[in-house]
Amino acid sequence: MEELIGLLAWGKDGWGDELATGAWLTIRLALATLPFGLFLGFLLALARRSDEPELVAAANVFVTVFRGLPELLTILIIYIGLDLLINEVVQLFSDERWELSKFVSGMVALGIVNASFSSEVILGAMKAIPAGQVEAARAMGLSRFYTWLFVVLPQLIRHALPGLGNLWLLLLKETALISVIALDDLMRQTNIVVGATKEPFFFYAVTCFIYLFFALASSVVLGGAERWANRGQER
Amino acid sequence: MSTVDITAVEKPKAASGRPWTTGRIVGIGMLALYALIAYFLIRMIVVNYDPEFVGRYLPRMLGGLWITIQLCTSAIVLGAIIAFPMALARTHSNQVIRGAAYGYVYFFRGTPLIAQAFLVYYGAGQFRPVLQDWGLWWFFRDAYNCALFTFTLNTAAYQAEILRGAIANVHKGQWEGAHALGLGKVVTYVKVILPQAFITALRPFGNEIIFMIKGSAVASIITVFDLMGETKLAYSRSYDFQVYLWAAIMYLAIVESLRRCWDKLEARLTRHLKRIEE
Repeated sequence: MEELIGLLAWGKDGWGDELATGAWLTIRLALATLPFGLFLGFLLALARRSDEPELVAAANVFVTVFRGLPELLTILIIYIGLDLLINEVVQLFSDERWELSKFVSGMVALGIVNASFSSEVILGAMKAIPAGQVEAARAMGLSRFYTWLFVVLPQLIRHALPGLGNLWLLLLKETALISVIALDDLMRQTNIVVGATKEPFFFYAVTCFIYLFFALASSVVLGGAERWANRGQER
Repeated sequence: MSTVDITAVEKPKAASGRPWTTGRIVGIGMLALYALIAYFLIRMIVVNYDPEFVGRYLPRMLGGLWITIQLCTSAIVLGAIIAFPMALARTHSNQVIRGAAYGYVYFFRGTPLIAQAFLVYYGAGQFRPVLQDWGLWWFFRDAYNCALFTFTLNTAAYQAEILRGAIANVHKGQWEGAHALGLGKVVTYVKVILPQAFITALRPFGNEIIFMIKGSAVASIITVFDLMGETKLAYSRSYDFQVYLWAAIMYLAIVESLRRCWDKLEARLTRHLKRIEE
């Protein structure tokens, strides 16, 4: 057992630093994907609420497709398909091949999946805000922007936060799938370490616990955020 | 307040269909983009149509689809069998049992399915002598069984949590009422609590099945030739992107039809709870 713990050491003899770089990439990927996913999800939710049937249909098709596809397939399709598509366009103008970054394609793939699910959450949160809130704010002479900023948004955050928190936890786990396009995240680094040490059980267990730790830390932060969003609410 | 200048009010334009709002233009633009993408994809399939290619890979992929369906069905059924005692253990009065069940559920819900699959598949290989002693090696030797084992434990954790939430959601008065009528604990569970809990659990359970189908693609990474595995194999041999499109269509067809059936099923099973319109 002590030998195994020794394998986690930093530097040349141990594999701790390799795992740490992987974990750091996982965090960066998840953090970079989140704003992209949330923003797109918000736009999708607005589109699905619109009065224009064409816009509603367009947003619904998007959500249906990316909610239904396995994330692994979405990642591969985006990674390979986006590359094909971009190069098809680029080759109209020049002969150079354009290399799509793995990080960006992973971010796009996870982001659109996340956006499809978060549009669902945000849509639900929007429906939960009574129309009277907006009407009253407008009647009090608040501009459209202030109505949105001081009346709608705080309630939207309060209603959407639990659902979005779950999606964040899901996103953290889904980043592990990125290892299939050979991006050196925590999962792939673990595979590399296992290949070198022949200690699969120990290292996969360690990795599982690192993911668990991320989930635990996230729930602490999310719990705080929810308390903040619910301030002034009667329990 | 100034008086309203009636003459300044713009006359409504002659009705010429719906106005061109930004939303409508964006919507039509997006639909046009989809049509364009669909056109390219269909063209790709039609132009590259090669009976030999289709004949070689399509049957294999349909075979993979069958493996996926088998894997998911068995995992969900076996998972449900584990989930029920697990849900009861989560609310058991004994702290040790409760803690163990909580740890199990937290582990399987907090770690990526792919990491769990690696842990089982490659971890089992490491413990080969022990597993051989116990006579379990034949099971863990096969990647399909490892995937089934992982998925079962994973879905059991999620299902246990769904069931626990649904049971906790049944109103306390139902217990008290059943108790007042002199029903025993088991009878109360079977006849009063569970039927109501199952109704609440129906929707999340449907979502869990869909999650399992989508998650099962992970099996391909531990060398199971499910739909995803066959697709990756076909792509690595042919470098033809369209195999991914076939796979996408198959997955979407299953997930979407399942979702619709589930909606129908739910509407049917909760028809006594619907308020009559008007």
